[in-house]
Amino acid sequence: MTTTTEPVPTTPTGTSGRPVDLHRKAPKSRFSAGRTARYAVLVLFLLIVLIPVYVLFVTSFKGAGDAAPARAWALPEAWTLENWQTAWTQLSPAIWRTVQMVVPSAIIAAFLGSLNGFVLARWTFKGANIVFTLILFGMFIPYQAVMIPLNQLVLGLGIPSGVPSLILLHVVYGIPITTLIFRNYYITVPHELIEAARVDGAGMLRTYWSIVLPISIPAFVVVLIWQFTSAWNDFLFAVFFSSSQNGPVTLALNNLANGALLQNYGVSMAGALFASLPTLLVYIVLGKYFVGGLMSGSVKG
Amino acid sequence: MLKSLRRAGPALLMLAPSLILVGVFVYGLIGANFQTSITDNHTAAQATGQKPSVVVWFQNYFDLLGSEAFQHSLKNLVLYTVVFLVGTLVMGFLWAWLLDKPIRGEGLFRSVYLFPMAVSFVASGVVWRWLLNSNQGETASGLNRLFQIIGLDFLQNNWWNNVTWGITAIAIPAIWQLSGYVMALFLAGFRGIPDELREAARMDGASEWKLYRHVLFPQLSPIALSALIIIGHMSLKAFDLIMSISKPANYQTKVPAVDMYVFKSSFDYANAAAVGSILLIIVAVVIVPYLIRTNRQEK
Repeated sequence: MTTTTEPVPTTPTGTSGRPVDLHRKAPKSRFSAGRTARYAVLVLFLLIVLIPVYVLFVTSFKGAGDAAPARAWALPEAWTLENWQTAWTQLSPAIWRTVQMVVPSAIIAAFLGSLNGFVLARWTFKGANIVFTLILFGMFIPYQAVMIPLNQLVLGLGIPSGVPSLILLHVVYGIPITTLIFRNYYITVPHELIEAARVDGAGMLRTYWSIVLPISIPAFVVVLIWQFTSAWNDFLFAVFFSSSQNGPVTLALNNLANGALLQNYGVSMAGALFASLPTLLVYIVLGKYFVGGLMSGSVKG
Repeated sequence: MLKSLRRAGPALLMLAPSLILVGVFVYGLIGANFQTSITDNHTAAQATGQKPSVVVWFQNYFDLLGSEAFQHSLKNLVLYTVVFLVGTLVMGFLWAWLLDKPIRGEGLFRSVYLFPMAVSFVASGVVWRWLLNSNQGETASGLNRLFQIIGLDFLQNNWWNNVTWGITAIAIPAIWQLSGYVMALFLAGFRGIPDELREAARMDGASEWKLYRHVLFPQLSPIALSALIIIGHMSLKAFDLIMSISKPANYQTKVPAVDMYVFKSSFDYANAAAVGSILLIIVAVVIVPYLIRTNRQEK
């Protein structure tokens, strides 16, 4: 599950919203007691971190015969795909709805963030920093502090519960973080590039469109991944703005796992794996950009 | 004046959609929420507007902060935050420190330590609910059974079903998910320190401890602060994990965010709004100075 394909000589400043590569050149192989101890500790932690993964996979293939607590950690007596089938029938409509929700909200929020980031980094005006800080604050608020009137507002606007409401919310509350990532990215764009365009008589929109946008692809990848992951994994808005009939996969999974009186762990664990698959895939394939997004979360510009 | 307007005009126009959205959905709604929180809007009839509500000012806040149940939520929040923060910072730093020096297979370790971050709290809650099963002895499963298998029976406990310390059990999966993130932050910090700096310190005869104490730690402290702020504010909003591992009605694991959900579900909008405002104040006390500081540093 390595995320780095080749060592790219980027400096991991980490805050620019660029893809971050933390890799160092491969060490010379030389035995030493210190290194062996270090490996031992690293492997031990590796195993500990992987415990839940083992449980998820093994339990998801267990049938009714494995219910005894004594067999909790054992491999399945008979491997079965039944849980996976049940989980898929239960979750697939919700997974499809989540895709419909996540894709537009990620794209719209990324686009707005890019506009804001450009203005706040490279077309600044007096007070731009204050405006930026005011936008940024939206990233940290506990959404509980707006939930009651938000519910009334969304209802009042007549936006249907489920996917449409959630798209709106993920766009609105995604603006601060996407603005932050783009702003930190555009700050690394040389002033001269923008000034040259301005001297040539290009206005703001033209500068954005023909100079800035074409070099924004790495930041777009980071932002899209970030928005995709956080909207996919969101549960809070899902609980307040959708139901099991029209909600995303986190809500469906929670109902699947906690709804029934008697817990069927096999099915819920298969379901948890289904629900996590898209974000895990993104992480495995685009890991470098994923880390880039995480780094940008650390405010400092 | 005209010149600055000509410059700010288009810029503000470009920001306008976002500014309006953030203005309404963040600042406007914070105000509206506060308005609800100072009324006696405690019933479904009032919530739907069939019966009028009266302004009672800070009565709801006094009642909440005076009630044993809400105090318990606040105590849980503090416990959870402390364990979550200390856990992720210690693990994250340790992993980054172990991986800092060149080592074969570094990419694998890093990827595995970080991957839980990509999983939703709800999905990880499914497996951690199983792992943190409170049964012991014969009927034990989950971690308690694992402890028996590896001969550490004394470690068995009832996890999140403990009334006083239960909430700290919920912090374990949170630490599992976010330690990798803190590691990535610290690792970027370590890598950002030029090798010359370390070499120079070693040339001056600094011991390994002194090197860390006087050269590396000061360089890493801004990162530690970032990690503290991000993990801290996540922890104050803790909701998903508790909902998927425990139940909203469970006394031992309740925190303000869960209380807010319970109040909302029973149409007690005034108390729900008041809990929201209290959470906001707690978060703001930490975040606002941080944002101002960051803003000032950039100038």
